[in-house]
Amino acid sequence: MTATTPPAAARLGASRLHLADVGRTSVVGLRTRKLRAALSALGIMIGIASMVAVLGLSESSRSDLLARLDRLGTNLLRVEAGMGIGRGSGALPEEAAGMVARIGPVEMTATAARVGANVYRNDLVPAGESGGISVQAVSTNLLATLQGSVASGVFLDEAAADYPVVVLGSVAAQRLGITDASTAPLVWLGGEWFTVVGVLDQFELSPDLDRAALVSTSAAERFLDDEGVPSTIFVRTDPAYVDQVLAVLAATANPQTPEEVEVTRPSDALEARDAADEALTALFLGLGAVALLVGGVGIANVMVISVLERRSEIGLRRAIGATRRHVAAQFVGEALVLSLIGGVGGVVLGWGATAVWARVRGWSVLVPPEAMLGGVAAALVIGVVAGLYPAVRAARMAPTDALRN
Amino acid sequence: MTSHLGSAPEGHAVVRLEGVVKEYPGTPPVRAVDDVSFTIGAGELTAIVGPSGSGKSTLLHLMGTLDRPTTGTVEVAGHAVARLSDRQLSALRARHIGFVFQQFFLLSGYTALDNVADGLLYTGAPLRTRRARAAAALDRVGLAHRRDHVASKLSGGERQRVAIARALVGEPQLVLADEPTGNLDSRASDSIIELLEQLNRDGATIAVITHDREIAERLPRVITVRDGQVAA
Repeated sequence: MTATTPPAAARLGASRLHLADVGRTSVVGLRTRKLRAALSALGIMIGIASMVAVLGLSESSRSDLLARLDRLGTNLLRVEAGMGIGRGSGALPEEAAGMVARIGPVEMTATAARVGANVYRNDLVPAGESGGISVQAVSTNLLATLQGSVASGVFLDEAAADYPVVVLGSVAAQRLGITDASTAPLVWLGGEWFTVVGVLDQFELSPDLDRAALVSTSAAERFLDDEGVPSTIFVRTDPAYVDQVLAVLAATANPQTPEEVEVTRPSDALEARDAADEALTALFLGLGAVALLVGGVGIANVMVISVLERRSEIGLRRAIGATRRHVAAQFVGEALVLSLIGGVGGVVLGWGATAVWARVRGWSVLVPPEAMLGGVAAALVIGVVAGLYPAVRAARMAPTDALRN
Repeated sequence: MTSHLGSAPEGHAVVRLEGVVKEYPGTPPVRAVDDVSFTIGAGELTAIVGPSGSGKSTLLHLMGTLDRPTTGTVEVAGHAVARLSDRQLSALRARHIGFVFQQFFLLSGYTALDNVADGLLYTGAPLRTRRARAAAALDRVGLAHRRDHVASKLSGGERQRVAIARALVGEPQLVLADEPTGNLDSRASDSIIELLEQLNRDGATIAVITHDREIAERLPRVITVRDGQVAA
């Protein structure tokens, strides 16, 4: 104890660092080692980008699916004659369509019957090269029932019934090399020349018709000697009664042997595909999480090295009055800045990837805001965790050791 | 003479060491500082000189409160180091002690002005104040024209001047310079010693730790250290 204690000894202000200055010290390392900072942020960026993109793509594709289901309706049912031993002859009873149409909530029915004929580009093509194209005799309201559309030309109508005209499904048209119905090309169908009056767009709810050449039921009877017993009936019902109609369709179509009738709901297939996509989404999310983890380890690694390299800076800061906490805050802050750059960059990148892919597929871009916020939040959490250990090491370093060279 | 750099009144003890021992663990333990007592008053310019391994660096660390003695009393600016927590010691360094190192320890990507302003970083002074005082401190060391130059673009002598300005910017009661001319050629070295003399005339209390007798002899007071003890 000295008798001459100066007045300054009476009180000692605290060592203080403003929050803004914590931020300023947090970017010292990044400013002096830009490339390293960029590379370590890149790891996080890739992880976040892949997660955002996966979520964005699955959301965009789901919204596209919902829009399609909305447009196509989930009230379409398909009645098909079973084929095979114990499952039926492949034909429905002649009166089936009429019976089905009389079910209360049924709004529309259309029929299709497989015709035992093949279609060729011309009469010189060998009989074996049918191209896997089936010929179906269909009712003229098929297109309306399935909510399909015509790519070129017109669909079959009542007027066409008396003439040998055909409409091609999208795949069938492609296989025959016909894309444009306006020149009225001829095809060789069941030993007759048929005029192509229309080419259809894809049927989303009945892909088998894409590979078919469609003629009207009466034309089939007249030119192809087909008795016109339908093998498939498409049914549109009141959306409120789909389940009830589904339950009685088999028995109505074929009261004698209802077990020989297959009743399906085509929109289920789309939904099943979406469920499969969801499983894939979970898988990719897992992969994204792994990438994120690796990115976090990368940041921790870089920070540990940085702490070792910057011993003298740490020593200097302790000498000019930094507390252990200030040193720790600086390094945690640095890890946070790195991961924030990675997180924001990742969200932008992931959004961009989603936008590009969605545009290619013709979807609307839909990245859930939770995915974007969550991406940045996840990056920040990773940053704190990754920065904590190096920061504690830096803070624990004795100033005298840090200043020794 | 009234001081406008050191805030301790003339004649008061700025540093007081009494029976200070610093031992590093080992077998046998190394006694780097062995029963050292001295006092440095406000306004003094003191050289602490000794060959390498004499314990003068340990003395610098003890005087700078970067380390605590094993036994004995260290008082800086009236505060007994033993009774202060690590946070309080940090505050003591932030407000009352300025350091100058042989390797300068400037942040290479930052300007001279920002480096000097960092001397006030942990005092909680707002940025505008720090910059204004840093500009004044740079002016005092004769580097006003270099304030916006990046540290890595400066010569060795200029860098040491920046480091001195950083040590002075908070107007500490004590400036500790550890081999301040160790990395400089003789001309730069001379000008740094002249600068320290000038700053001392303006009121700063400065202790220069050096192994160079020639430099030590130029200063008003010399404390010689050998084998951890103060030689007569």
